Amino acid sequence: MAHTEWRDAPELPDFSLLKRLARDQLIFLLEQLPGKKDLFIDADLMSPLDRIANVTILKQHEVDKLYKVELKPIVSSSDQLCFLIRPRIQTVKWISDLVNADKVAGRFRRYKIIFTPQKFYACETVLEEQGVYGDVTTDEWNFYILPLDDDILSLELPEFFRDNFLEGDQRWVTTAGSALHLLQSVYGSFSKVYGIGRCAKVRICDKTLNLTDEQILVDENMGSVFLVDRDVDFVTPLCSQVVYEGLVDDLFRIKCGSVEFGPDVTSSDKSIKVMLNSQDKVFSEIRNEHFSNVFGFLSQKAKNLQTAYDKRRGMDIQQMKAFVSDELKGLKQEHRLLSLHIGASESMMKKKTKQDFQELLKTEHSLLEGFEIRECITYIEEHINRQVSMIDSLRLLCLLSITENGLLSKDYRSLKAQYLQSYGIKHLLTFANLRQLGLLEEQQAGETLTVMESKVGKLVNDKTVGKLTDAFSSLAKKSNFRALSKRLALVPKSGEEYDLRVPRDMAYVFSGAYIPLSCKLIEQVLERDGWTGLEEVTRMLNGQEFAVTGGSSSSEARNKTDAQRIVLVMFLGGCTFSEISALRFLGKERDTYYVKQIEYMVNIKLSI
Amino acid sequence: VLKESKRAVNSILVDDDDEDEEDVERVSWSGEPVGSISWSVKETASSIRSGSEQSFPKIDTTPSLSKQGSGYSLSSLFKAKSKPGAFQSFSESFSDTSSRTYAPELRKPKSDGKDVVSDLSPEETVRRMQKGRAFSLEKFRSLQDKLLLLDEAVAVYDGNVITAVLIFLKKSLSKEILFRELMARDVALRHYVHYLKEMGEQKLLVELLKALGRTEDMALMHYKEHLNIKDESRRRDFLKSCLSLPFSQDDATHVQDHYTLLERQIIIEASDKKAVAEIFKKFPRKASILNMPIITTLYYSCFYHYGESEGTFSSPSNIRKTFRISEKQYILTALGARAKLKSWFDVDSLFNTKNWLGYTKKRSPIGFHRVVDILHKNSAPVQVLQEYVNLIDNPDLKLGGALKYKCHDIVINTYRDLKDRQQLIVYREKLERDSPEYRKIQELLNNVQIRWKN
Repeated sequence: MAHTEWRDAPELPDFSLLKRLARDQLIFLLEQLPGKKDLFIDADLMSPLDRIANVTILKQHEVDKLYKVELKPIVSSSDQLCFLIRPRIQTVKWISDLVNADKVAGRFRRYKIIFTPQKFYACETVLEEQGVYGDVTTDEWNFYILPLDDDILSLELPEFFRDNFLEGDQRWVTTAGSALHLLQSVYGSFSKVYGIGRCAKVRICDKTLNLTDEQILVDENMGSVFLVDRDVDFVTPLCSQVVYEGLVDDLFRIKCGSVEFGPDVTSSDKSIKVMLNSQDKVFSEIRNEHFSNVFGFLSQKAKNLQTAYDKRRGMDIQQMKAFVSDELKGLKQEHRLLSLHIGASESMMKKKTKQDFQELLKTEHSLLEGFEIRECITYIEEHINRQVSMIDSLRLLCLLSITENGLLSKDYRSLKAQYLQSYGIKHLLTFANLRQLGLLEEQQAGETLTVMESKVGKLVNDKTVGKLTDAFSSLAKKSNFRALSKRLALVPKSGEEYDLRVPRDMAYVFSGAYIPLSCKLIEQVLERDGWTGLEEVTRMLNGQEFAVTGGSSSSEARNKTDAQRIVLVMFLGGCTFSEISALRFLGKERDTYYVKQIEYMVNIKLSI
Repeated sequence: VLKESKRAVNSILVDDDDEDEEDVERVSWSGEPVGSISWSVKETASSIRSGSEQSFPKIDTTPSLSKQGSGYSLSSLFKAKSKPGAFQSFSESFSDTSSRTYAPELRKPKSDGKDVVSDLSPEETVRRMQKGRAFSLEKFRSLQDKLLLLDEAVAVYDGNVITAVLIFLKKSLSKEILFRELMARDVALRHYVHYLKEMGEQKLLVELLKALGRTEDMALMHYKEHLNIKDESRRRDFLKSCLSLPFSQDDATHVQDHYTLLERQIIIEASDKKAVAEIFKKFPRKASILNMPIITTLYYSCFYHYGESEGTFSSPSNIRKTFRISEKQYILTALGARAKLKSWFDVDSLFNTKNWLGYTKKRSPIGFHRVVDILHKNSAPVQVLQEYVNLIDNPDLKLGGALKYKCHDIVINTYRDLKDRQQLIVYREKLERDSPEYRKIQELLNNVQIRWKN
């Protein structure tokens, strides 16, 4: 796929259309309950809703008062209650209780639940069991995808990860399938589908490619799509982020494309909410940069700004007038953004250039490299003993476990005991969850395993054999990060200088110490146009890879149209900003454009 | 005036609506002045309150019902739903919403489609469930049919449908049989467990896990309940009841610790709440000690109860012993607490060890550079810092610490030992002229006996 001449990045589809569709459908649904009504909104739907509609629109459609769903008794005098919620049993139970309380009080109201992005049978069963089915009408708002930026789409489903990987409940897999379905019907079919992981594979067989005969609105091509299960690569989200956007997320939490900067950043006594996307000209230039470059960049920018302001001097009235009307507003805007980002990086510097952070990074890098593991364990132990950041401690423990194929029994026990002492004994539940996920495990002695296998093998009947084989293969699958890293050259040789200002590969997003596994896989597969030659890698990743050529119009593959250069990467279970930056880098280098679709931005949250 | 005219306009619109239902839909959808609808609803609401209550709940029933009521009858307002309006094509274009408005019925077959939906194969039934169409599970009565249905749902990987089938099985099979069948079906089992968790059916869940032989999971599940108990004595009693659960050996110890800890915290809290000792007045407690981690409790005890005899529950040594806290962890915590109080004497004695000659020497299970960090964070005076910087083993760390915390003597001596004249000159420039340190450097530089390396 070597490109002979430079081409501009292909134009991305206009994703704002998705917002309009969602808004129109919501309005339509509100109209289904005519008249004044109070609207109760799930807390985590507030921000996504903000991105596509506003209070005025809701008011226009006779929403009287807005409430946040808090699962407490309500004080509403309205005769019509509308609930805009995620399909969660707990919320539906709360609504059923409200309805029943009203019934007892002899109060008559009308109730409507709008489930988004879809309803679940389990929720409707609750309505039925509580005897309010029929009193409450239900609808679906198919708000599957929220475009967060020109090149980022999100499903905003934070529970995807937990439900799917921890609980083993596949209900959201279908939802994610529907999202792809929606994209195809609006923007055209995918010419090729690649992927790796259990959900990714399942989804494909079922949904994406079956679409050809159905209604696709446009006769166009949407490029290809790459699906990755989060559990294919747990290492990347466990590493501390060092690109600007990633750091902002680590420190301030980016939610739904916006961030709240506290008083220490704004240098006033207020917090400010800021949208972070490509509209912000300052941000869009630094978001993908390694943190060490950002400060220099910002100060250069500040100087330029000063020069621009200084132009005023020596202007005559006419010029000044023109300046004020044409440039000043832009400059002021830039000024405001610049001072915010400078404030943010200052507060990052304060927190992150401390010795602590340097040591943390050093430990992470050693773990990735498989170097001085004992020292790393000592460091983690001290980290825990000092009761500093609970999450960082846990991240380090998981990183240690994954890179080392589990912890030695005595290390596991001692570290777990110390962790519980420092952060609370209730976290033994967290450890149980992490073990279930395969994120933090105790090594099984090799012997024990084989002995167990042969013994058990003789004892059990056919039915359970499958289950056991699964269990054993999941035990066996662990041992692979080192091998994978070697095979794919994820960790550059140490000792080489890495110029972070001129990144040479995707490793720059981790200070040159590690190329995100997920992104490396994507690069390799696209380069080969399939998995050929990567058999060993996929075996280590537990198989489940695939590449399927889709629809009809892929015959003129040689001469790629702009649209075909687009690759949609979908992370099932969330992705990090570092991965997004890495993919942006890859896109520039390969003259391909990546659109990222994610379940949710993870900033891995591991606690119970 | 404006208000009045608006109202007038609105009332006209209402009249229009009254006459022509088609208009309601068109007007409302195209986003015309919405006053109209709000008026009509106000009327509606009141008219319903005054008596036509029975007609309400059936929303999607025959249109004739709406004609019986007033023109404002709710069912007429709801008709937009069943009517193919301008919007139909839009909603259909991304998934067949229109057909999903059918209520999914888990047990009662829909009367109108009975023949069609009740004779379907498992495959067809599952397909309909996936699409949100009407279906009936009534036909699946033999165990074999039920299981075929379940396996089909699992085969299409639709968690929503799997759970729906499981709900049906839960209602139509005895739990013993259901548990037995789930045992060999891992995917379905996990969906079932998750469903029970979400429904809060704790009892059934415990039975299930027991039947599966997953006793550890069962114990953890039970233990988790304590998070929902706010009252601390009830919580303590609950934890006590957890002690006999079949935890893994390690976890059993942890749960025992949890119980002991809370028990002690309750005792300490009760007495400290009304404590009058000097230290409580000088440093009033910011929060209660209840439900804090072990290490926080130890810190608290080193802060408020330092030096108490081992016999009391609140003494550091008792806590250290009860919870098997390592020396390293203990020193770290005690150091933090005593340094916070600026009790440098206590800090000193933490590290003092006597050898058999009665000779004291400082020893630490944590690196002295860490000790210095902690002391510095608690703004220890230079004399104290200096002593500990001197104890740092690693020469680079030592010099680094000395530079950072301005322990001039150590810096000067180190450069002297390194015979580094240049560095001494550089360092001299940072000092105040005629300060003792400045003069010390001056003397060294003038000393002709030293053979400088540069």
